[in-house]
Amino acid sequence: MNSVSHRLRSSSQPRWWEFGVWALLLVLPYVMPSHALLISEITIIALFAMSLDLILGYSGIVSLGHAAFFGMGAYSAALFAKHIHPDPLWGLAVATMVSAVLGLVCSLGVLRGSDLTRLMVTLGVALILQELANKLDFMTGGADGLQGVVMGPVLGRFEFDLMGQTAAWYALLITLLVFLLLRRVVHAPFGYSLQAIRDNPLRARAIGIPVHARLMSVYTLAAALAGMAGGLQAQTTGFASLDVFGFDRSADVLLMLVIGGTGWLWGGIIGAVVFKSLHSVISAWTPQYWTFWLGLFLVLLMLVGRERLIRPWTWGRRA
Amino acid sequence: MSADIVLSCEGLVKRFGGITATDHVSLQLARGARHALIGPNGAGKTTLINLLTGVLEPTAGRIHLLGEDISHMAPHQRVRRGLVRTFQINQLFEGLTPLQTLAMTVSQHLGQGAAWWHALGHDARIGQRCEALLAQFHLTEVMDQPTAHLAYGKRRLLEMAIALACEPSVLLLDEPVAGVPAGERDELLRTVAALPADVTVVLIEHDMDLVFSFANRMTVLVNGAVLTEGTPSEMAADPRVREVYLGHGDQHV
Repeated sequence: MNSVSHRLRSSSQPRWWEFGVWALLLVLPYVMPSHALLISEITIIALFAMSLDLILGYSGIVSLGHAAFFGMGAYSAALFAKHIHPDPLWGLAVATMVSAVLGLVCSLGVLRGSDLTRLMVTLGVALILQELANKLDFMTGGADGLQGVVMGPVLGRFEFDLMGQTAAWYALLITLLVFLLLRRVVHAPFGYSLQAIRDNPLRARAIGIPVHARLMSVYTLAAALAGMAGGLQAQTTGFASLDVFGFDRSADVLLMLVIGGTGWLWGGIIGAVVFKSLHSVISAWTPQYWTFWLGLFLVLLMLVGRERLIRPWTWGRRA
Repeated sequence: MSADIVLSCEGLVKRFGGITATDHVSLQLARGARHALIGPNGAGKTTLINLLTGVLEPTAGRIHLLGEDISHMAPHQRVRRGLVRTFQINQLFEGLTPLQTLAMTVSQHLGQGAAWWHALGHDARIGQRCEALLAQFHLTEVMDQPTAHLAYGKRRLLEMAIALACEPSVLLLDEPVAGVPAGERDELLRTVAALPADVTVVLIEHDMDLVFSFANRMTVLVNGAVLTEGTPSEMAADPRVREVYLGHGDQHV
């Protein structure tokens, strides 16, 4: 008579294809060394998208400024490597922590108010940080970007190579670790309580869930992971520029989740792969055409509305 | 205060601008009581529930739960202390299945709501409790369907099962059979009647058959104030109650 317990636990078990896909991803830099740079770029964006899914798909918090944390992580990692220590893992830890602190502070603003308030607060924070990075040019290099970031070898052994193979594996392994962590988180009571808050905050409160505390923790976690993605980008490219805070970046990652599906961890990965592949194919064909599609996507995003937007599987149904 | 009074309020007032929705309401609920709260539409029944559960802040007055002053306590903390409600309009988690909903609620009640490392249902007590609740509320066969796809009667049962999963010492039922089709009603009424005897149940209901068969005490609210309180037979005999609430006919008495 343990069928109920068994059923509950079985939904958290990884499926066989998940092992297969990850194995495939991990051998990619070896099979396609000439595409190693693209592989790290997509991996980093996938990690970034996963962090947004945590707040959008699982918790129902809309954000148009998730790049604030990505950018914070990127500049933190770059500055740490340049001025304090070149070790990548230390730098990544610092980038993650700094973004987590920023996320915790921002969560206070995001908790209050409606979706529109949330959109504006998140967007505003990213814009403020971008302008700060621009003005503080003695530290950040301003519009020229922060250049000359030289990274030490990963774990003291694996030097970053020009082909970008080490970078690709570094990004893939970090992203895999985060994926495994988030698997546990979303299948734990904490993860389900986030979905409960997303579906019905009134009832979530009425069964004893501390809604504000939960939203603050998940927002902080998502900010930390976005910062980790930003840190990875700065470390693997040896560069941080103002566009890490850009509105485009926040909007693109939202579109990736729309493509890949929200509320499941593969959504960010699939979205990042599809979005980046489309981008490179269509913009090689005609750059204007790509912008047209991006615009069309944004219009749809506003028309479809958040409720349906965060549940792409309901689009086929009538409202 | 008597030891077996589990929930009480004294002089509870709620004003919205110039409107007094709750007007100096005082109530005392004993352990295991079956207490009905009745009154015409707009009498302030739901406002009173919202005040007791902390959805609304009272303008004046105090609320005590198990001897503790909870007048300004956050809603989720009142739930942890055993004050749980259901909603007149179903408030469910559409994206979760009934099993996930109940397992999550039970985890929360066991103090594991913020656990992030072990999978939902890792603790064997959660599975056992969910199994019992699913059986009690006739939800076993639909436990893996998304809540959004459940029939209305099942949704109503899930609404109540969620509240019971919080192991309340005081349960506030806000019109539990409202809108339930006749065929699914009996199942619900049986479930209401079978609620644990040590749980204090407050029933808000328009259905007089249910009220008179269920309650051993009644409070009549009119215009936000307590008109009178007593046993069902006293209420049925009270001419003021007949006038304001039971109407002029004798059909339910």
